[in-house]
Amino acid sequence: MKTLQELEAIRQKTIHELNLRKNREDGVRVVVGLATCGIAAGARPVMAAFVDEINKRHLDNVTVSQTGCIGLCRLEPIVEVYTPGQEKVTYCKVKPEQVARIVSEHIVNGNPVVEYTIGSYE
Amino acid sequence: MKEISLHILDLMQNSIRAGAKNIQLRVEEDTRADTFTVIIQDDGCGMSPEMTKAVSSPFVTTRTTRKVGLGIPLFKAGCEACEGSFSLESPEGKGTRVQGTYRQSHIDRPPLGNIADTVLLLITGNPQLRIHYSHRVDGQEYELDTAELLRILDGAPLDAPEITAFIKDFLSNNESELYGGK
Repeated sequence: MKTLQELEAIRQKTIHELNLRKNREDGVRVVVGLATCGIAAGARPVMAAFVDEINKRHLDNVTVSQTGCIGLCRLEPIVEVYTPGQEKVTYCKVKPEQVARIVSEHIVNGNPVVEYTIGSYE
Repeated sequence: MKEISLHILDLMQNSIRAGAKNIQLRVEEDTRADTFTVIIQDDGCGMSPEMTKAVSSPFVTTRTTRKVGLGIPLFKAGCEACEGSFSLESPEGKGTRVQGTYRQSHIDRPPLGNIADTVLLLITGNPQLRIHYSHRVDGQEYELDTAELLRILDGAPLDAPEITAFIKDFLSNNESELYGGK
């Protein structure tokens, strides 16, 4: 069995680094719709892919959180990206394999992936 | 829902929306008794007796974005289709307890699925929540309590990449050991 003791070691190794991180108030927020409709449509692997990709790239100012149903169940999984000072971008029918591109082009480089957005779907 | 762990993710969103600060999730598999039980207990706002009775209907929901609420009805229907049972207690102001049982060997019982991802995403998506998860398969059991994690972390954030990676490893390793290891 894996135990929590290892966590203590990780904390000691990283505490310095963790404390140095800037506050996340001014960071990018990724919000995944995680109501019944979103989950049934496959939102969990999409959210897991965002968490993975963001951790892999050590994007410390990006948070991934969840929200309920926004009333567009047929377009789930829906992901909204909030960048401070910019308009919200909404992606729909997101698949896990699209996530890496959204992270690199939009979140890192600031260019929304227009072809995945709700605007080009509708 | 293709997996029981997706129902769990869905039902725990209800707890979060009910303002819960503590959520306890128990998954108990008992081969001898032939049962597969899921228990979710929270300290959210609970529901009125009328709502508690009505909420198993798909046409009752608290949401305003649409008129149907399928989370509880789908879970209940799944349990009952597998010769199981479903119960819901939700005293107003005290919290909610949802319990669903499937007959474990029933041919229609969905697999538990990726419970590690369900629990991980609940933790990282809601770092302010205390989540206590335990999973028992016959005699074997393990648990993960975010209160314990926070105590060890001593101020370091739960959703930092290094910590998330640890929680993910911890969950998937212990899950596979419960089933006899890979």
